[in-house]
Amino acid sequence: MDFQLTDDQRALRAGVRELLVRRFGRERLRAAVDAPDAPNLDRALWRELGEAGFFALRLPESAGGVGLGLPEAVLAFEEAGRALLTGPLVATHLAAGEVPGAATGETVVAAVDGTLVEWLDAADVVRGDVTGAVPMRSADPLTPLHRVPRAAPPDPVAALLTAAEQLGSAARTCELAVQHARTREQFGQPIGAFQAVKHLCSEMLVRVEVARGAVYAAAVTADPLDIAAAGLLADEAAERGARDCLQVHGGMGFTWESDVHLHLKRAWLRARRGQSAAEAEEALAEDLQSAAPGPRT
Amino acid sequence: MDLSYTPEEEDFRGRLREWLAKVLPGLPPKPSPDDWPGRRAYDLGWQRTLYDAGYAGLHWPIDAGGRGATPTQHLIFLEETENAGAPYVGANFVGLLHAGPTIAAEGSAEQRARWLPPVLRGEEVWCQGFSEPDAGSDLAALRTRAWRDGDDYVVSGSKIWTSHAEVADWCELLVRTDAKAPKHRGISWLAMPMDAPGITVRPLRTLAGSTEFAEVFLDEVRVPVANRVGAENDGWRVTMVTLSFERGTAFVGEVVACRRVLGELAREARKNGRWDDAVLRRGLGRLNAEFRALWRLTQWNVSESERAGGVPGIGGSVFKLRYSRARQELYDAAAEVLGPEALDLDSRWTLDRLSSLSYTIAAGTSQIQRNIVAERILGLPKGR
Repeated sequence: MDFQLTDDQRALRAGVRELLVRRFGRERLRAAVDAPDAPNLDRALWRELGEAGFFALRLPESAGGVGLGLPEAVLAFEEAGRALLTGPLVATHLAAGEVPGAATGETVVAAVDGTLVEWLDAADVVRGDVTGAVPMRSADPLTPLHRVPRAAPPDPVAALLTAAEQLGSAARTCELAVQHARTREQFGQPIGAFQAVKHLCSEMLVRVEVARGAVYAAAVTADPLDIAAAGLLADEAAERGARDCLQVHGGMGFTWESDVHLHLKRAWLRARRGQSAAEAEEALAEDLQSAAPGPRT
Repeated sequence: MDLSYTPEEEDFRGRLREWLAKVLPGLPPKPSPDDWPGRRAYDLGWQRTLYDAGYAGLHWPIDAGGRGATPTQHLIFLEETENAGAPYVGANFVGLLHAGPTIAAEGSAEQRARWLPPVLRGEEVWCQGFSEPDAGSDLAALRTRAWRDGDDYVVSGSKIWTSHAEVADWCELLVRTDAKAPKHRGISWLAMPMDAPGITVRPLRTLAGSTEFAEVFLDEVRVPVANRVGAENDGWRVTMVTLSFERGTAFVGEVVACRRVLGELAREARKNGRWDDAVLRRGLGRLNAEFRALWRLTQWNVSESERAGGVPGIGGSVFKLRYSRARQELYDAAAEVLGPEALDLDSRWTLDRLSSLSYTIAAGTSQIQRNIVAERILGLPKGR
């Protein structure tokens, strides 16, 4: 057993992070938030993601893909979550190999997930029944939303990739909180020297690490129950992480200028994707009923 | 990232499983929690059984008498013994997980030869003389002092929360050998024989009603200078070496046990009709997610330490923070399932619920663990 990233996986993660810092760094993120007609899908970035293999990651090399697996896709989506990358990333990734142009990022694919559709107007192809779709004023300024009357069933892989994004966002808000706590001074010392602030930050890290174990393991096993567990823990890490990050930032955290609210709103939105928390908990409870006592690995 | 086990590891698991199936039915019944001599005999008997089968000190280095097993093999050992319902490490806890590894890492050849084999063979029990009434979470503030008199240290002071003190042969004792040095620097690590004159052991009753630990009073107890492990006044460093090892695997078996308990609880709820309560049912589902994730985090930490050549990382504090809380939530959920029975002191569930309260306190409180995570992992400044 070697439940750690391989050198190739580390390199992949570093590569995706570097690409996103270069192409979707903080300035680009803020420009997107403050654009007069926001949100707007950046087609050039989308094609660049396609060229980098973001969408074709799990497509076999014989089909023009990168030929990697779920663990690698999870690492890429974790980075997307960190960077708050916008667009129907999961839907397009899942459409690679099935919808022409999705793999290369030339075609933008949206999909019905539950009773919501993200990026309906921007998409070239929409998967699922969007009859009667009604636009909403989306809480997340970077993700346009439509409500649809007929719910689509959840897809476990989509749920896992969403959990990976939540994990990346949770790790990022923990970093932002720690950075702020190290530098912001009150009462003559950095606020991070106060136990009350320290303990908020350490609990954030604990939630991130527990979620990381669950998300990475689910990527390796692809087991629906592992994915359900990963979703619950990653949602918790992202939502509570963003809240605690906001708290550590104090009044600054409550302003539009800080990035914290963007993480929080996206985390709320992602938590609505796929299986609901209630459904995941019911499935995991059912597993307890059926499981025989005895060895498990 | 790989969660599969190698053929060698699977082979090890298979042989261990076979052996456990053969040996466990012949074990004597477990003694009652208050019967310390009985517990000592039972735990030493199990240790001897492990020794005879070649499983004693599995993860200890070979030159310390161990088997030099990899962290993954040790993980498999803990998982399989727990799943099979084998005895826990019990009274051998301090000797096997704490004092033994410290002596193995820092002791002289004579010290290793004197103290390590009896631990592995199940002949001697150790207890831990670290905490003091005025220095619990602030361990380095300890005041028990030791001064030289010829070839002996003379030790006076008191220790508290000392498990197994009544039946221990040896105590790993932290003493202050330099009162003027900064508090982390004047400490030494001694092996004190528990039958030395001047030692008084007073059992302490826990909130569960049993005498789980004791207070130990030391009145001019003579301990040979030769019993000091590591240099004089270097005891804090010696202790820290061991604590990191302890946190690495101390709770592996318990996570496995909690997963089993959760399954039992679900079956109990189905039997008594509480399963129809959706809130309770979903709570159990969430605990399933929790313990699955804690098992994955365990596998992550073990793999990390395997890559580092067996040296555990500081992720132990992260794990302990979450596990100690989850364990309490598990037994609170049990009380919901059981209803009035949760108030019956003759119910195993009630006693386990009460004992779960110690997990956020023992081996470093959650508050101290959060400071460790914040300062040593996240790099936040020290302060108050």
